[in-house]
Amino acid sequence: MSPRLLPEPTPETRHFWDGCREGELRLQRCTECEGGSYFPPRPFCPRCGSRKVEVYPASGEAILYSYVINHRPRPDMGTEPHSIAVVQLAEGPRMMTNVVGCAQTPEALQLDMPLKVTFEKQTDDITLPFFTPAKG
Amino acid sequence: MKQKSVAVVGAAETTRLGKIPDQSLIGLHADAALNALADAGLKPSDIDGVATAGESPVALAHYLGITPTWADGTSVGGCSFMLHVRHAAAAINEGLCKTVLITHGESGRSRVGASGFARAPSSLMGQFEMPYGVTSPPTMFTVPVLRYLKARGYTVEDLATVAVIQREWAAKNPRASFKDPITVDDVLNSPMIAWPFRMLMCCLVTDGGGALILTSADRAKDFPRKPVYVLGTGESVETPLVSQMEDFTTSKAFRVSGKKAFDEAGIAHSDVDHLMIYDAFAHLPLYGLEDLGFVERGEAAAFVRERNTAIGGRLPMNTNGGGLSYMHSGMYGMYALQESVRQMRGIAPAQVEGAKISVCHGVGGMFAAAGTVIFSNEAP
Ligand SMILES: [Zn+2]
Repeated sequence: MSPRLLPEPTPETRHFWDGCREGELRLQRCTECEGGSYFPPRPFCPRCGSRKVEVYPASGEAILYSYVINHRPRPDMGTEPHSIAVVQLAEGPRMMTNVVGCAQTPEALQLDMPLKVTFEKQTDDITLPFFTPAKG
Repeated sequence: MKQKSVAVVGAAETTRLGKIPDQSLIGLHADAALNALADAGLKPSDIDGVATAGESPVALAHYLGITPTWADGTSVGGCSFMLHVRHAAAAINEGLCKTVLITHGESGRSRVGASGFARAPSSLMGQFEMPYGVTSPPTMFTVPVLRYLKARGYTVEDLATVAVIQREWAAKNPRASFKDPITVDDVLNSPMIAWPFRMLMCCLVTDGGGALILTSADRAKDFPRKPVYVLGTGESVETPLVSQMEDFTTSKAFRVSGKKAFDEAGIAHSDVDHLMIYDAFAHLPLYGLEDLGFVERGEAAAFVRERNTAIGGRLPMNTNGGGLSYMHSGMYGMYALQESVRQMRGIAPAQVEGAKISVCHGVGGMFAAAGTVIFSNEAP
């Protein structure tokens, strides 16, 4: 299996990837307007344009919002069908991920099921956030 | 935009469609351009405006021997050509140029002179989507669908029905890639691509191209073919990241683009005789019917199931067979525009009798962009 395609952080996203490496899912929110949390990272509020934004640790709780199960995996993704999912974080924003730690089937992957973030180290610099079914 | 001020006076596709391993990407652009020029009775030296996507307008102009006073390289995926029509209309109205050539060519299947699908790992897509295994449209454009089906109460059978009805249209079109009838069961038993999408819910991958020539409505009557007038246009973009769509059950770009075009044209939905909705995948016509306002949210699946968009229905849709059965080189928008023009000229293989207004709606880059063009064959 070829090595997984990995992100290359930019100055605007570095805090997010540093957070993942430290086991923390970091979001940003605006302190000027009521727009709240947003994703992906950027140094200003996408609702009002203010640069007065802060980084904070998210709860890591989410629900399964939508997904596909790719039956033709990319060469770096192995040979078995796998989920490509979008989760809705408890704080509001959505992000793409893989749901791991459960069968990759429509029966096991129910929309709106509760999920929890889990981190998997890929290299010394990059740790990817994945989501797994939340324990009762 | 100034109302009814611009018309299509030349339109053609490449000489061949499907598998064309002996022509490169720019060769397909040129073949389509020469066919459209012949259709309009023009030579390259008569063109003073060029627009294209997937190829540079500079390369296109040089290759064809055109010296433009206006060039547009807007490239927002498969609906780029709808945006080119809108931009060309504005340029002609503003006097920047008189006669615009818009081309598309793509070696989608044979990959001759074509580049691959890749995103920089430092781009937002490279950081926040690519690491999760998305490859190409079948694993990205499809991501919102399970949420859409759940919100609307639609089923995978509803997706399959879209493909079945479009195959019925394709059967009437000699140039369609696939013409054999299919059933809902055939679609649901075709190979799994990315659950819930089966192969027959996904577009073809072919080689081909097309070109349009536009000029002012005043000049249009001097051309050999019956002009097709542009009544209104719209465009918008939303996000390059499918995960960041504002709402998985509706496309903001579709809604903004469609409303702009209808407002400009000053028509009602009941005036529309013919409809093209870019169908890279079977869910797009359902989104389109709702987001363009032809039906209420939640009514699209029944509208298709009740055969309103089928042969003999009150809103014939994707009458060439669509991207699912006609042809799809990667950026399908040009083929949708060609079919609208054929319908307005009265020369489509599955001609809608008496059709006077055609709405042509395109999408680009996984719900990222949209463009809408409303045509009429009646002089302003
Ligand atoms: Zn704000």
